[in-house]
Amino acid sequence: MSYMKLIESMLAGQKRACAKLITAVENDPKEAEKIIREIHQYTGNAHIIGITGPPGAGKSTLTDKVVKALVNEGKRVGVIAIDPTSPYSGGSILGDRIRMQDLALNPNVFIRSMGTRGYLGGLSKYTKNALKILDAASYDYIIIETVGVGQSEVDIVKIADTIIMVMVPGLGDDIQSIKAGIMEIGDIFAVNKSDLFGADRTATEINMMLDLTMDMDRRPPVVKVVAVKNEGIGNLIKEIKDHMDYLKESGKFTERRKNNLKLEVVELIEEELRKIVISHTDKEERIDEEVIEILNKNKNIYEVRDEFLRALSS
Amino acid sequence: MKRPIRVLVAKPGLDGHDRGAKVIARALRDAGMEVIYTGLRQTPEQIVATAVQEDVDVIGLSLLSGAHNYLFPKVAELLKEQGVDDLLVIGGGVIPNEDIQGLKDAGIAEIFTPGTPTREMIDYIKNNLKR
Ligand SMILES: Nc1nc2c(ncn2[C@@H]2O[C@H](COP(=O)(O)OP(=O)(O)OP(=O)(O)O)[C@@H](O)[C@H]2O)c(=O)[nH]1
Ligand SMILES: [Mg+2]
Repeated sequence: MSYMKLIESMLAGQKRACAKLITAVENDPKEAEKIIREIHQYTGNAHIIGITGPPGAGKSTLTDKVVKALVNEGKRVGVIAIDPTSPYSGGSILGDRIRMQDLALNPNVFIRSMGTRGYLGGLSKYTKNALKILDAASYDYIIIETVGVGQSEVDIVKIADTIIMVMVPGLGDDIQSIKAGIMEIGDIFAVNKSDLFGADRTATEINMMLDLTMDMDRRPPVVKVVAVKNEGIGNLIKEIKDHMDYLKESGKFTERRKNNLKLEVVELIEEELRKIVISHTDKEERIDEEVIEILNKNKNIYEVRDEFLRALSS
Repeated sequence: MKRPIRVLVAKPGLDGHDRGAKVIARALRDAGMEVIYTGLRQTPEQIVATAVQEDVDVIGLSLLSGAHNYLFPKVAELLKEQGVDDLLVIGGGVIPNEDIQGLKDAGIAEIFTPGTPTREMIDYIKNNLKR
């Protein structure tokens, strides 16, 4: 299938074309390749914002308010909202849009919901493909709402420029219970539900923790917000822009994007290599047979690896 | 391209109950579909804009009382206006028998009245996709 017509319409601002392209890149890596080859030259301009934090922290409500503030400045904003896919049925209920109802008709906003479909990084495997479509469709900002993070879902660092970590009062009293490695990815901390008791204490705890972390290039700001009442959003927007200024002035912007592209390219190469190696073996089931050999202690894992690689060079 | 069926479950109109819509959303999820749920009181315009951005295969309209004879055809009409012809629209809720033919003529593919087993709706969707 040729995508030229759809790509043209998408570049001209047609939402239906944009949506169809996202469907293609979300579902089929081969189709994604055809499309992304064509649109690559139009990408790289959007400011990509990740909104992450525990389940129910108010990520969607906050996204809604941030989008409105940016749209009021005349910006175009794309949103990708991710919810978990049920491991049992493979289905999902994607409900983030409930908090963004009145953005549906805004001509300068495009919102797309995605299920994780078994991917564990807090995103879906092809979120970054969808992101490229929105980027090419010249949205100035693209906001990615991750699934509620628990332990280690931090893949958002591989695609976002600015990560907003949403916290709420009363997170089991101790912010420490949130795993190290999750706190560290925040560029901005938003204490949402600051209308509730304990918001100051939560903000103080986050500040204390950040002060204890020495090896930071930039001390992340902590902003109190009340998403449901649209309070503190102006401050948050200012911090988002300050962060981009910092990235640009310090050279970190290019550095981050270079690192992320490198990860992406290496991943693509690895995937392709795996296919090549497997296709060089005489039979599909060969690997299963070898596994039995390992299990029965006739071979070890490295011997089997070397056999597969030798098949390549012969 | 093998991909999950995407369904927008939408509640147009002013009635404030979404229990029925939620039950349907869960049944479709359990059948392996990706269900986009947008909450109460959606206008036909919002429903169609959402369906377009989400590129769903199906819109399931749920309405407990009243304005189905206006709201359901309005959704079908807006889709037509925007040249969207690859999308299945179905409706559910308390809908008198004598209204059903009119709704079908207006572009709603099938109407599911209360008590229809969800299995039936799931099979109908799987067998009638327009993609
Ligand atoms: N009191 C209070 N409640 C809020 C605030 N912001 C959001 N909420 C409520 O918190 C609940 C969850 O909000 P969402 O925006 O859906 O949270 P989320 O983080 O997107 O949830 P998931 O996507 O399911 O992880 C809703 O009932 C909101 O109304 C706030 O500032 N104050
Ligand atoms: Mg959410």
